[in-house]
Amino acid sequence: MLSIKDLTVNVGDKQILKGLNLEVKAGEVHAIMGPNGAGKSTLSHVLSGKAGYTITGGSVTYEGQELTELDPEMRAREGVFLAFQYPVEIPGVSNIYLLKAALNAIRKHRGADEIDAMDFLVWVKDKVRLLDMDEKFLYRAVNEGFSGGEKKRNEILQMAVMEPKLCILDETDSGLDIDALKIVAHGVNSLRSENRAFVMITHYQRLLDYIKPDFVHVLADGKIVKSGGAELALELEEKGYSWLEKQEVA
Amino acid sequence: MNAQLASHYSSDYPEYAANLSGQSVAWLKTLRSEALATFSSTGFPTLREEEWRYTNVSAIEKKRFKPVEKTGTINENLLKTYRLDDAWTMVFVDGYFSPEHSHTSGLSDEVELSSIADILETQAEKLKPYLGQAVSNDEHNFVAFNTAWFNDGVFLNIPAKQVLSKPIQLLHIVSQPDALVTTRNIIVAGKHSESEIIETFIGENAYLNAAVNEVFVEENAALTLYKLQSESTKSYHFGGTYVKQQPNSRFNHNSFSFGALLARNDVHTDLETASECSLNGLYLGVKRQHIDNHTRINHNKPHGISREFYKGILDNRARGVFQGRVVVVEDAQKTDSEMNNRNLLLSNDAEVDTKPQLEIYADDVKCAHGVTVGQLEEKSIFYLQSRGVDEETARNVLTFAFANEMVDKVSIDSLKTLLETELLKSLPIEL
Repeated sequence: MLSIKDLTVNVGDKQILKGLNLEVKAGEVHAIMGPNGAGKSTLSHVLSGKAGYTITGGSVTYEGQELTELDPEMRAREGVFLAFQYPVEIPGVSNIYLLKAALNAIRKHRGADEIDAMDFLVWVKDKVRLLDMDEKFLYRAVNEGFSGGEKKRNEILQMAVMEPKLCILDETDSGLDIDALKIVAHGVNSLRSENRAFVMITHYQRLLDYIKPDFVHVLADGKIVKSGGAELALELEEKGYSWLEKQEVA
Repeated sequence: MNAQLASHYSSDYPEYAANLSGQSVAWLKTLRSEALATFSSTGFPTLREEEWRYTNVSAIEKKRFKPVEKTGTINENLLKTYRLDDAWTMVFVDGYFSPEHSHTSGLSDEVELSSIADILETQAEKLKPYLGQAVSNDEHNFVAFNTAWFNDGVFLNIPAKQVLSKPIQLLHIVSQPDALVTTRNIIVAGKHSESEIIETFIGENAYLNAAVNEVFVEENAALTLYKLQSESTKSYHFGGTYVKQQPNSRFNHNSFSFGALLARNDVHTDLETASECSLNGLYLGVKRQHIDNHTRINHNKPHGISREFYKGILDNRARGVFQGRVVVVEDAQKTDSEMNNRNLLLSNDAEVDTKPQLEIYADDVKCAHGVTVGQLEEKSIFYLQSRGVDEETARNVLTFAFANEMVDKVSIDSLKTLLETELLKSLPIEL
């Protein structure tokens, strides 16, 4: 589904990603872990098409096409979803408006008709319950005045509505208490399917207790320095990132 | 042209005056001749005047707009679009009251709602306590001009304790090219009354609309005045609303200005003890439109409350002006005043001049003001794009949301729908 080869990315003159390789197949859940400043957020931003990054080398192939050549909205319509580390507050735009606009943009892209308003409401309320959210959230402005946990749940709600193929979760666990974390994890787990892949970017192993990854990669200084199964996360938790850095030097 | 007159409008006046309403009313003739003298000495305001420094109206002098005869031909579709179904409506065509387009049936007989031209024929004395009392000719020369030239308008007198079950719409439509349209409205909200009024200005062709409202809000009365101004992009608009508020009264003004070629909106209110006012505004300028909003709130007595919130959106080469002046006199202790003006510039060539002015002479008051001028946030645009919304739509959605905050304050459903439609004309998105 996603194939990243020798990807190098600059922000200004500074190289952040220094030859990153990653293969993700449908149905897989990958965790990318790493210390602060390793390039985790840069990776999620580059995949979603945020401005301000210069791709200096390598390729990102998604479903057979070069992802980095697509506008952000086209990536979303093609099934790439980013759950933001810092979801943006948008006063004056209601959640339900955004959800409907997002869904219809995808349907239009696929050549389907716009969804009937009543059908949409029934369907979206079902998703709201999945995230254990109050229906009132639908009518509030996007993320405005939401708590940290509410914002993250709202991201997963959008993901549930848009039904993407590739879900990138950028530090979705940060700022969540244990109850909110369980709810978010439940939402994510219920969306797992053989046609869908997840890339979870996280600093801590905590989230992985609830969303079990198939693969764990360690990103350090702009490269994947170690890959393994779920057990690698536990090892990292125990020994810390300095363990790897030392290993690398040795 | 007479060399002593600063404006050719003054030279044309004698010819026009013979047809003016109320010619047989002596006190009005005096008022008009004083106004004419004031106007003729300097003509229309110039950039040298502090309160006109951002708005150049000299084109009006060059244009030679002329009063027109009554006419029957108007764009019925345009009228239909803006006439509200759930309001009583007084329609003015090219500045003349048009009974056939108006409907006021069902309005209580106790409420006086008449054409000023009609009143001046038979009951001119009714106007005497009000005309020229909420604003004087010295205010600036558009007011003096209006006093000398006005031919029609409404006299609305809401008696004490009346609560109007529907709003009253005063709809001004202009159709004839080069028309000079001058209307004067007198609105009296009696003690403990509650009412909503919607002024609507629409039109086609190039013309000048110079309208003045004198508003009297008696003790404990509540009056909400809406203004929707969406005129031909060749036209010039001056609209001034001057309000006298008695103790414990409430006055709300909500201005929605989609502009003309050049539009100037004045709202001035004088607050007595423990009276409240709320002035809200939205101005949206595109192409080469110029929209100037000028407000003044005079806190003359203690315990007054004023809230002011204006939002502007300027695109292309449009220019916006916001001048908000709050004066708190020495006697007006415990005044509570807030003013806010936020502007969104959608193009590099758009411009806004914003100038909040607080003049506070009392020492125990709470006064705050804030001004912002900015652009759409890139992170918000990206967030919407990441949800499949294309960039242009994302910009329109965010701009619509910025404007819609003001539309949301409207409590009349039909007006709210009309305003949303008006916004969507400039910002095409699917709701």
